[in-house]
Amino acid sequence: MYLSSILFAVVFFVAIGMFTRNIRRIIRNINLGRKTDRSDQKSKRWKHMTRVALGQSKMVVLPIAGLLHIIVYIGFIVINIELLEIVLDGFLGTHRVLSPYLGGTYDVLIATFEIFALLVILAVSVFWLRRNTMKIRRFWKPEMKRWPKKDADYILYIELVLMFLFLTMNASDYWLQQHPEGQSYYTQAGSFPVSSWITPFFDGMSYASVVSIERTAWWLHILGILAFLNYLYYSKHLHILLAFPNTFYANLNPLGRFSHSEAVANEVKLMMDPSADPYAPPTVESEPLHFGVSDVNDLNRVQLMNAYSCTECGRCSDVCPANQTGKKLSPRKIMMDTRDRLEQVGKQLNRGLEMDNNTLLDNYISREELWACTTCNACVEACPISIDPLSIIMDMRQYLVLEQSSAPTELNAMMTNIENNGAPWPFNQQDRLNWSKE
Amino acid sequence: MMDNTTNPVQTMAEMTQNGVSPEVLFWVGCAGSFDDRSKKITKAFVELLQRANVSFAVLGPEESCTGDPAKRAGNEFLFQMQASTNIEVLNGYQVKKIVTACPHCFNTLKNEYPQLGGQYEVLHHTQFLHQLIEEGRLNIESKTEYKGKKITFHDPCYLGRANKEYEAPRALIKKLSAELVEMKSCKEKGLCCGAGGAQMFKDAEKGDKEINIERTEQALDTNPEIIAAGCPFCNTMLHDGVTNKGKESKVAVLDIAQLLAQTESL
Repeated sequence: MYLSSILFAVVFFVAIGMFTRNIRRIIRNINLGRKTDRSDQKSKRWKHMTRVALGQSKMVVLPIAGLLHIIVYIGFIVINIELLEIVLDGFLGTHRVLSPYLGGTYDVLIATFEIFALLVILAVSVFWLRRNTMKIRRFWKPEMKRWPKKDADYILYIELVLMFLFLTMNASDYWLQQHPEGQSYYTQAGSFPVSSWITPFFDGMSYASVVSIERTAWWLHILGILAFLNYLYYSKHLHILLAFPNTFYANLNPLGRFSHSEAVANEVKLMMDPSADPYAPPTVESEPLHFGVSDVNDLNRVQLMNAYSCTECGRCSDVCPANQTGKKLSPRKIMMDTRDRLEQVGKQLNRGLEMDNNTLLDNYISREELWACTTCNACVEACPISIDPLSIIMDMRQYLVLEQSSAPTELNAMMTNIENNGAPWPFNQQDRLNWSKE
Repeated sequence: MMDNTTNPVQTMAEMTQNGVSPEVLFWVGCAGSFDDRSKKITKAFVELLQRANVSFAVLGPEESCTGDPAKRAGNEFLFQMQASTNIEVLNGYQVKKIVTACPHCFNTLKNEYPQLGGQYEVLHHTQFLHQLIEEGRLNIESKTEYKGKKITFHDPCYLGRANKEYEAPRALIKKLSAELVEMKSCKEKGLCCGAGGAQMFKDAEKGDKEINIERTEQALDTNPEIIAAGCPFCNTMLHDGVTNKGKESKVAVLDIAQLLAQTESL
């Protein structure tokens, strides 16, 4: 027992250490973005996070997927309570260390975990069937090939395996508890409404082999959880952590209020003020190098956190009018591209390499995608964790127009009209009241 | 119909000169001023304002584009130039309350002007008309023509999702004792007509369908006699869609103000 405790401690601390390193990388990468102030309206933010992330209010807009998700989500939280005991047992070399302290409550808890484990197995199986055998459009879009497709399936497989290991561990434990040889170590504890159905499979086996089954399942279960924890960084599954800060720092303004540029406001103020000195040094300190967004470090930190939080569920692209009508634009791809680019930049930082010449614009997101957006906000409304792909599209359009003057020709004509005669069409401003005389 | 000779539309300049300050400024918008289909919406709304004895003014030649299409096209600079000029005019007249029949103007004036020094109470015309009816200032008595007629309402993105107003236009349709039928995608899930984000002024990117056709099909699926709109751009897009489907003689696309103006006052 002494040796296994040491082994457990080593594995545990290595896993936590690696996880911490990943989290630090994510934070460092997010901090590559521009600062944005979302420290206002604290109580509204807590409420929004509680309702949307904790309460899953937007998940249930699609009732079937929503209900299944809530099962897996509650199952995840509930079964993680058991993790506390598993970790304690691992360190102390004990077995079901909490059972003597909790008495009857312990039985209720274990039974609850088991029922949720079964429900999670059922929900995850349905998820797999929906994703792989049903033609649900959002799971079959072009951006869901290769890694994103595999990632989605891996998560489901890992969850299934973990639940089976958990139940096997309990089933063999229950068998050992009833065995005369086991009664000293495998104390009578827990109630096993689900795994007791597996127990009969061990009948006829030797005491030693069932002990090794129990130990193997116990070890694989905790190792699996620690591995899964470290898988998060490479996966869309990161949302289980980031959904919370992501909803907390969400844009709470009316969706129609697009971001205001203070830098442009200062320029306009200068232009409109007849007494302004055009040669005066800029008064604003952090004058941006350019307007709009061409790469990830031009985006703000909330937009970058959005990219790490995206679960690639595709509800945004499903409701996108451009995507529905066969255009290249997919709001989900905007988020995936942003994360891929940010990771690429991060990797170069990790290795101390010189930065490549790629940018988010053109190397990841094409102009065709950006100009297909109708700014209808359907994607923002649909996201279950308040991600805002539209703000990225708008900021990139701003770069195209203000830095490159490369809007589509018809839009340039429209803007020239506004400049010259105050309307998007070439009508004379003096004729604005003609309708009243017609 | 509107009688311009006895009740002309007055501008802010004229009213101020006469020492009158109107209850509300009617922001006509570019479409409402220049586009033939939209001018009918403008006239219908003015008729309703006059019927309700609302003291209102327009800016006329002093009005200029709010800058919405410039901002959505990425030209923040041009947007702010337009906004600053308009705010100077509006603040010069000490305007407090604005009503407009265009959700794009409505959204920009309401949400994007305050940061630039323009603070006004801004209402979409469906909200204002609903208030007038609730306050008993405007009486709507539907002629039998609307009784039991199927009307479907297309939510403009900049009124609906952008500003969470789904009920005012629907309440007005219900006042007509018409049968309000909802499309497959409505309210929070409403599908865009395809004109937002400056798309009105350019061709769509390559795809397998035009957005307005997709939306028109959703509307026609409800077998409506009228498709009601609350935005001049949506109105045009849906009208084009209905024409494309060869249904223009059977299904009318009308603004809610046009529907109300065709009723008789008590």
